[in-house]
Amino acid sequence: MKVKISSDYAVQMRAITKNFGEFCALNEVSIDVKKGTIHALLGENGAGKTTLMNILYGLYQADSGEIYLNGKKVEIKNPNVAIENKIGMVHQHFMLVNNFTVAQNIILGREVTKDFGVLDMKKARTEIDEIIKKYGLKVDQKAKIENISVGMQQRVEILKALYRGADLLIFDEPTAVLTPQEIEDLINIMHKLIEDGKTIIIITHKLKEIKASSEVCSIIRRGKYVDTVNVSEVDESELADKMVGRSVNLVVDKTPAKPGEVVFEIDNITVQNEIHANIDSIKNLSLKVRKGEIVGIAGVDGNGQKELIEAITSLVKVKEGTIKINGKEIQNTKPKNVIKNKVSTIHEDRQKRGLVLDFSVAQNAILEKYNEAPYSRFGILNYDEINKFAKNIIKEYDVRPEKCHRKKIRALSGGNQQKIIIGREIKNEPELLIAVQPTRGLDVGAIEYVHRTLVEQRDKGKAVLLVSLELDEIMSLSDRIAVIYNGTIVGEYDRKEVNENTIGLLMAGGSKKNADNSKNS
Amino acid sequence: MLSSILSLLNTTLMYSAPLIFGAMGGVISERAGVVNIGIEGMMTFGAFVGASIGYYTANPWLGFLAGGLAGALMALLHAIASISFKADQTISGMALNFIGPGLSLFLCRIFFSNQTMTDRVPNKLPKVFNVIDITVFIALAVTILLWFILYKTKWGLRIRSVGEHPAAADTLGINVYKIRYLSVISSGFLAGLGGASMTLAVVAQFTPTSISGQGFIALAAVIFGKWTPQGAYGACLLFAIAQALAVSLGGGKIAVPSEIINMLPYVLTIIILILFVGKSMAPKASGKPYDKGTR
Amino acid sequence: MQTTVKILKRPFTSTVIAILCGLLVAGIILSISGYDPFAAFSALIKGIFSRPKYIFKVIEKSTPIILTGISVAFAFKTGLFNIGAEGQYIMGSIAATVVGIKLNLPPVIQVPVVILSGILAGAIFGAIVGFLKAKFGIHEVITSIMFNWIAFYFCNFIVTSSEFHKPSSARTVSINESGFTMLLYKWKNTKEGINCLKQNKWLSDIVLKTDLNYGIIIAVIMAIVISFLLHRTTLGYTVRAVGLNSHAAEFAGIGVKRNIVAAMTISGAICGLAAALTITGTSPHAIYQLTMFENIGFNGLFVALIARTSPIGCIFSGLFYGGLSYGGNSLQLDLGIPSEIIGTTIGIILFFVALTGVVPMLADRLAKRGNKNAK
Repeated sequence: MKVKISSDYAVQMRAITKNFGEFCALNEVSIDVKKGTIHALLGENGAGKTTLMNILYGLYQADSGEIYLNGKKVEIKNPNVAIENKIGMVHQHFMLVNNFTVAQNIILGREVTKDFGVLDMKKARTEIDEIIKKYGLKVDQKAKIENISVGMQQRVEILKALYRGADLLIFDEPTAVLTPQEIEDLINIMHKLIEDGKTIIIITHKLKEIKASSEVCSIIRRGKYVDTVNVSEVDESELADKMVGRSVNLVVDKTPAKPGEVVFEIDNITVQNEIHANIDSIKNLSLKVRKGEIVGIAGVDGNGQKELIEAITSLVKVKEGTIKINGKEIQNTKPKNVIKNKVSTIHEDRQKRGLVLDFSVAQNAILEKYNEAPYSRFGILNYDEINKFAKNIIKEYDVRPEKCHRKKIRALSGGNQQKIIIGREIKNEPELLIAVQPTRGLDVGAIEYVHRTLVEQRDKGKAVLLVSLELDEIMSLSDRIAVIYNGTIVGEYDRKEVNENTIGLLMAGGSKKNADNSKNS
Repeated sequence: MLSSILSLLNTTLMYSAPLIFGAMGGVISERAGVVNIGIEGMMTFGAFVGASIGYYTANPWLGFLAGGLAGALMALLHAIASISFKADQTISGMALNFIGPGLSLFLCRIFFSNQTMTDRVPNKLPKVFNVIDITVFIALAVTILLWFILYKTKWGLRIRSVGEHPAAADTLGINVYKIRYLSVISSGFLAGLGGASMTLAVVAQFTPTSISGQGFIALAAVIFGKWTPQGAYGACLLFAIAQALAVSLGGGKIAVPSEIINMLPYVLTIIILILFVGKSMAPKASGKPYDKGTR
Repeated sequence: MQTTVKILKRPFTSTVIAILCGLLVAGIILSISGYDPFAAFSALIKGIFSRPKYIFKVIEKSTPIILTGISVAFAFKTGLFNIGAEGQYIMGSIAATVVGIKLNLPPVIQVPVVILSGILAGAIFGAIVGFLKAKFGIHEVITSIMFNWIAFYFCNFIVTSSEFHKPSSARTVSINESGFTMLLYKWKNTKEGINCLKQNKWLSDIVLKTDLNYGIIIAVIMAIVISFLLHRTTLGYTVRAVGLNSHAAEFAGIGVKRNIVAAMTISGAICGLAAALTITGTSPHAIYQLTMFENIGFNGLFVALIARTSPIGCIFSGLFYGGLSYGGNSLQLDLGIPSEIIGTTIGIILFFVALTGVVPMLADRLAKRGNKNAK
């Protein structure tokens, strides 16, 4: 579909390419957004949607490609230029000053003043009130941001854009943090904006909301443009197919699982949100993992995966419910005790949670057992033993370069860093091995290696819990799949009895009944 | 009795003025997100330059202004290091605490026949009603003005936004670096005035001990006063009362030794910090260099 | 190109660059002021090295700041900025003085008791700061500044109290002689000792005219011990893990709070040791009032930063600092250059240390450009 440059289109981005170092985030992506429409941008995590929009808002510069607004070519060097061109952006992570009032946040940078720069808040509030009334964006202007709900904060972000006269609004994952009621409100607001002649681009990977809100949808996969469709002409499963893309499945060799008894059991746990005391990030979540099976947790980012892992590893408190390993309760203890009880975790954030980057490879290898013999005795480290241990891991897990145990682990590639972590955790001989996004940012060779290792552990009779945002990975590795949505498990299937569509629908908040029906179609 | 209370009040106000200038400097810099641990050094340099210019021109007002500019000059160094070079703000501030006294005494020896103190200035800054230093009123005016700027003008809104959430300010087209530079330089200007008010109003010359810790106390007052001008002002008065009490009770007629009274404000600050724990009051981005790349 | 980049990225290189820049700026300041910077530099060198006495004076002056430097460096390893070294040092010297005056035991017991009391006082003062940080999350810089002043006034209180005050002076009485740690202290004050030493010009210069004491040996041992502690023990391992990445440490089951308290306690203890060694090793073996203190804790910050927080490096940066400040006196005497140029120079060097975080960054850029050219 080749579209001419025309003033019928609010935005036309042509052949946008953006590299971050070696990594190609966007490869000649083009989209055309018609004036007065809600245009969805669909893709998996890391597909490049946000990068594309950040380029449109002037936060990043494209390496090549062109941008046309209303048929005119523009160069958007910084957000100021975007604002001048009547573009507004509602960021996924709100750009709000917490201890400012709503009104202060809205006028910041475009203040209403009397003489000598003295603020005229009364006049400002009247101006804002007009916008509030026009679009039904009811919000208390005098309240401080830190005291209002996330949904209200989002309204403030929208008001900020409208106050600056935006005609084109970009919403980055606007529903990720909202309750169903708030989502409904948001979609109503969007429709009001369209009626008033505004144009909206919405970045999302939730299919249901695309159906509810948008007219047109462009799909991006792994930095490449896939297709643009009229939403009314496709159903959710078609969209899911296009988003995930079937062709790139990584094949993992594995025999059928021979699961044993249950070793790990989460029973009805609830975890409170860290920031908002009245919200629960995990609600009545239950899960069992048996010996000799890989249980995959599928889900869209931000649905409670992070909190689940933190609860298991005792980094956050569990409000209700129990977590048991081999029948022993391990909720609300210390991280050290969780490890001692044979639960090992490969954390998704290698560099933040998994490694001390300025320690040597060998020092990282003993991060969890530095005070155990033979690595230390009477508080004195025994580097002969530590190095021997590290060399073992390096050899067994094929870490490159070969003689790296004294090198800072910072100097190793991501894949080799991950191998050290995996080796370290497996050497703990865990009863339960948790792998969170274990292949994030790795190249194909390393991904294959990680996958093979996880299957090996399973075959040795270990229980493996895999948490991943990559549906591919879940589908190809898991023996059982549980879908997490909005802090709870919304469906659990034997791998053999389920397909991607079903999982994808559940991940996107579809009802279980619909999802179960779709697999038969 | 009444006269001793009045004299205590007078001493309190006298000691408070330099602290208040320093604290206001701390407030403006921290509110813009730059920790300024170098207030002490800026005050010292301001004290010296103020006294010298006051001596050579015989005009205390010129000296006062020059003291402020001297502080601003030091602050410029801090701004370059901590904003442009994204250096560690604590190290760069500490460096100024070495440079300030060192350079002051070095220049002092050069300009005042190898002495470590300046000659007495011919004219001190005037006193109001012949009793209270005019700097006391200027300090109060500066406090009110800073409060007005921070909370009632667009500049204040921008300064505070840059200290709380620079990325948010940046996406709205506010120049984070510019605001931070201006704030840090103003911070130095105020600290310099504070130093000069010591050597042009409280005493009439610069000595190696003119500024001995006032900068650090001012810093404590900023925290004690929860980073607001009015709060820091109150904290400065409290520190000054303790100092005045210690001086007037120093005769030893009363059972409590003056040193113990001197300790009180610091003990009190720690207790208050413990009591108000959990309510984070510091500007969120304070101490963190802003890097556009990490936005 | 590769090797240039590698050398540039070494912390040692950036330190040398910072020192050179500092000296350069100081030289410029001197020439603007009408002095000859080269003459000044040679006078400085002469003031440090021309007589054995000078060298040993430098060592004597350096001893406590090497130790406070090590203290600050150790706290840095846990990511803490121990600006409270000053207060911990003062508390240590108060405790050592009070105990040294009150007790009079045989030297073999007296010396360790006096020194241990200094260590203990410093350790407690450090521990409180660590505790407040770990338990309540109060920034250590703030509590440290408060505690510095509390220590300051407490010292004043002790000095002026009738119990310890030495009449018509600004200090306490000296500690009992049984607590002295000078080398050959008794013997060098006897007639035969003096006669014996006078036979050798060097020895008399060193032993008779300085408070030659065991302190420097202990300081060097401490540098080695702390270095060992940091790199070879589980405590050092956890302390560094917390300092380098507290998130990973926490996830691996290492107690972050416990390590903060431990690090501050040890840091404070080293300051206390520095203080106790000064009290026992150098005259007048007493504490002074208020400003008489020589900022030994604060200067430890400089020493630690110049040493890039390496305990062994602190020996050299401490000697560097001691040399500058002692040799600075001869600038005044020989050339009439205000010795305060030294303090200024130190500040400027520190400023460049803050800036030289940029050097590795520039080196990276240089490397990139090199690669591009190669392509």
